[in-house]
Amino acid sequence: MPEVASTKDHDDSANDGVVVVGGGPAGLAAATAARRAGARVVLVEAGDDVGGQYWRHLPPQRPARDEGQLHHGWSRFTEMRRSLLADEGCEVLTGASVWAVEARAPHLPGDAPVLRVVLAPIGGADAAQREHRLLRPGALVVATGAHDLTLPFPGWDLPGVVTGGAAQAFAKSERLAVGERVVVAGAGPFLLPVASSLLSTGATVLEVCEAAGPAQLARGWGSHPARLLAGPRVMAAKTAELAGYAAALLRERVPYRTATGVVAARGEGRLEEVVLARLAPDWSPVPGTERVVAADALAVSHGFTPRLEVALAAGCALREDGFVAVDDRGATSVPGVWAAGEVTGIGGADLAQVEGELAGLAAAGAVAHPGTHEASQRLSQQLSQQVSRLLDRRRTLEAFAGRLAAAHAPRAGWLAQVTDDTTVCRCEEVTAGRLRAVAAATASTADTPAGARSLRLTTRAGLGVCQGRICGHAVDAVLGRTSVGRGAGSGVGPVSHQRRPIAVPVRLGELAALPAPDHQTSDHQTADHQTADHQTSDHQTPDLTDSEEPRS
Amino acid sequence: MPSTQPPSPSWRSGITDVGAGGGAAVVVDVVVVGAGIVGAAVARALAVGGARVVVVERGQAAGGTSGSGEGNLLVSDKGPGAELAMAQRAHELWPALARELTEELRAGLPGGFPDLELEPKGGLVVATTAAGANALRTFAATQRPAGVRAVELDADGTRALEPALTPEVACAVHYPDDAQVQPVAATEALLASARQHGASVLTGAEVTAPLLAGGRLAGVRTTRGDVAAGAVVVAAGPWSGEVSARLGAALAVLPRRGVILVTTRQPHLVHRKVYDADYVGAVSSGDADLQTSTVVESTAAGTILIGSSRERVGFDASLRVDVLRRLALGALTLFPALAGVPVMRSYGGFRPYVPDHLPVVGEDPRLPGLWHATGHEGAGIGLAPATGELLADLLLGRTPSLDAAAFSPARAGLLDGQAASAGAA
Ligand SMILES: Cc1cc2nc3c(=O)[nH]c(=O)nc-3n(C[C@H](O)[C@H](O)[C@H](O)COP(=O)(O)OP(=O)(O)OC[C@H]3O[C@@H](n4cnc5c(N)ncnc54)[C@H](O)[C@@H]3O)c2cc1C
Ligand SMILES: Cc1cc2nc3c(=O)[nH]c(=O)nc-3n(C[C@H](O)[C@H](O)[C@H](O)COP(=O)(O)OP(=O)(O)OC[C@H]3O[C@@H](n4cnc5c(N)ncnc54)[C@H](O)[C@@H]3O)c2cc1C
Repeated sequence: MPEVASTKDHDDSANDGVVVVGGGPAGLAAATAARRAGARVVLVEAGDDVGGQYWRHLPPQRPARDEGQLHHGWSRFTEMRRSLLADEGCEVLTGASVWAVEARAPHLPGDAPVLRVVLAPIGGADAAQREHRLLRPGALVVATGAHDLTLPFPGWDLPGVVTGGAAQAFAKSERLAVGERVVVAGAGPFLLPVASSLLSTGATVLEVCEAAGPAQLARGWGSHPARLLAGPRVMAAKTAELAGYAAALLRERVPYRTATGVVAARGEGRLEEVVLARLAPDWSPVPGTERVVAADALAVSHGFTPRLEVALAAGCALREDGFVAVDDRGATSVPGVWAAGEVTGIGGADLAQVEGELAGLAAAGAVAHPGTHEASQRLSQQLSQQVSRLLDRRRTLEAFAGRLAAAHAPRAGWLAQVTDDTTVCRCEEVTAGRLRAVAAATASTADTPAGARSLRLTTRAGLGVCQGRICGHAVDAVLGRTSVGRGAGSGVGPVSHQRRPIAVPVRLGELAALPAPDHQTSDHQTADHQTADHQTSDHQTPDLTDSEEPRS
Repeated sequence: MPSTQPPSPSWRSGITDVGAGGGAAVVVDVVVVGAGIVGAAVARALAVGGARVVVVERGQAAGGTSGSGEGNLLVSDKGPGAELAMAQRAHELWPALARELTEELRAGLPGGFPDLELEPKGGLVVATTAAGANALRTFAATQRPAGVRAVELDADGTRALEPALTPEVACAVHYPDDAQVQPVAATEALLASARQHGASVLTGAEVTAPLLAGGRLAGVRTTRGDVAAGAVVVAAGPWSGEVSARLGAALAVLPRRGVILVTTRQPHLVHRKVYDADYVGAVSSGDADLQTSTVVESTAAGTILIGSSRERVGFDASLRVDVLRRLALGALTLFPALAGVPVMRSYGGFRPYVPDHLPVVGEDPRLPGLWHATGHEGAGIGLAPATGELLADLLLGRTPSLDAAAFSPARAGLLDGQAASAGAA
């Protein structure tokens, strides 16, 4: 072990300070707070600009004057963005995806893992030349957010059927509607901003269908939703925002129907009509209530699922509902790693910012050495006041989020709409019927079902390009592996399909061009047999080159 | 020590009321520990032979090494000797086995049982350096007398088989008998067939301790109850060391990590299995404990698999980017045209190996009733049918078609000083 390398590794100035992955509300708040606390920061964002799902906007080359009207908290966003970009102590890497996370050598306990980042130049993932960066965080904040998920139904793979998130992203970042006559369906308050952003691009929203029925909704919203509007002051912004969306629907006379869901999407080659039905309290369609609506687009979302690649690669433990487990300051199970925002639970952009601030401050505390003793004492006093305020806010917002989650959490009856001919995995074209049949044929006994890993490999469900990002939860649910209806309305399955050591696709040429490690990675050797290897056989002729093999 | 086990009548437990008597132990003839491909093949061979079998698996079927590797059935990489003989026997068995399994499992499943994807696609070993070419020619020359078909190709012949291959080929040898199978489908098919022959598979049941009777191993204690049996076969892959130690006679089985890259679908770029005869990067890298020997191949689904590395890191599954780099380098040496192809996944597992790198199949000389079927390292998928056959032959008292002494746990050198090192593994 070369002395020089190890002392360098121990030296704080040799690391990259606080590295924040994800430039949404949580990541931006974390970076801002960590800077305020005196730490150097690197913010890594996969998109062309920061902002995340919430502050998605037109590309900077095509700015729009009314952008602020489309976004809540727009001025806070532009302020955070401006000051981080202008700040010499903060490096903002956009178009940069963390694709691998390596645990550091075990002789440095408590250190954050090392990140590998692919930097895509303007032009995105397809551009010919991309660079690699190696980041050595003193502390890591994972703020990779969530994406929305759709429970499958017959026809969900037809062109014209999109997720609510895709419809909204298209509206926000391209100012285009996904169709002219659109049905919005699924569950959750998120349906409102989706419908409202579609309206703002000139589409006709035929109706908004919420799967939860009145009784379920009352669990979260109360029988007098107006009470929520009069709730604690920190809630005012959120409720006003929702009220604003609702008003937009009213203005355009868009019907909002509860206990209603999509049972099928139909059309020749693309969506032509949507079959809707009333749903029973367990979300199963009520026979005889079907009606057909002619539409050229259908936006469906039933909840959110965390983007876990980076967190899992860093070794963070998950909660039972599938989100990253954190304490109230955002610390994960891995020393040196914090998490904030929707990767830790669904709670909206305001909560994501509060969590980001808390995690940013905590992470900064782990790496920063600001100036003199008095200065640092003054700073830590200020910080502890901030922290207790933030913790209060966090609790209020989390309580609200928990109630909303209960009000819209998927219930087991939805599986009734997943007929055997429903395609569950779109990439590999695997139907629910096939999944169920293979599961039955490979199950050992009724109480010992087939293994999830085995089923993926025998049916190929989840092995396609999306790597289970779109279908993983649906596959699990069809197989009865998740208790949809538990947890925070996410429907997220077991971790199995979420473990993706390569977080984003990387080209072979890029992998091959990575620099070779500069010193022996002796930390990976174990007291294992070091005898000369005779051939072993997955596929090689080791005896051929015996003489060339290095021996130790 | 006898070179072949005598037919052992003691495996018959002689008790017929399997599982009867509320809460009492399940009683069978043979308990197989591990539902990987080796345990599955052993269970099927025994069940077909008339034994009452239960497979106990701590996790889920095919959830261990057998679900974490590739499915090459190779003769090309084996020099003359016992392992080649086992591989050749396995090659005889696979086609008929696949047909039988498909036949048995056809009924009642729309779309059929998952395809075993047995494909005799052949392999091409390629040397890109003069030294590699010499070694390859020498090696092929030793294989031919042992019955391996190994055909050296000229440049045109090579290009005809693999048009996208690098032009820098110093020597290429075609092995028409190399084949592949889908390991998880094969494991599940073997288990399903075993069940049809009366076996049962208990998953979520970890073996924790032995049941001993009169100096014999008479069953296992599991987290889901006791299973009494006339014989216990440990087929726990890289965990066989731990399991056999728990049962009272440790065998040193060690894990050797391997990682594979998977690209997005790229149909029609790679046709056969193509291996590099040179150890790419092994000389230039200072990392003596990491070897990558490249194999590039397409799967039925159209993805390209790039394998694989060998590292001795215990059961450490954490990602090392340098391993991925080395695999990518190896693939591009063979197929420069793959440079722009995206890798969407990497996965890997732990090959079970013993110090002399030969499978261990047979009864343990130290503890009657304890049998081993393990140590297949990087070849357990291919060798599974021959292993199942050999173990069933020995345990059921039939004459084995392979030289059993070569694989016996009692072979020279294998058990010396084992107890200590198995504990450390
Ligand atoms: C599709 C969608 C639409 C939404 N619309 C609304 C709405 O209209 N109104 C509302 O109130 N709430 C909405 N929400 C919820 C709101 O966006 C969230 O509450 C908020 O954005 C959460 O902030 P975050 O920072 O946790 O995550 P995000 O805003 O999702 O930010 C995460 C960021 O991490 C980046 N990232 C992820 N992985 C990597 C990686 N490996 N490397 C580098 N960067 C990475 C992503 O590109 C993204 O920018 C929406 C959520 C989603 C998913
Ligand atoms: C990267 C890689 C590539 C490979 N490529 C090939 C190839 O191309 N061709 C080839 O032939 N082979 C290949 N192999 C090797 C092959 O995968 C193995 O030899 C084979 O899978 C071993 O099978 P097994 O049944 O012995 O072990 P496993 O499949 O590991 O099964 C053992 C089972 O025992 C269970 N178990 C462990 N402890 C207990 C306990 N206490 N109680 C109950 N159950 C327990 C485990 O959960 C596991 O399911 C490769 C391996 C790797 C890692």
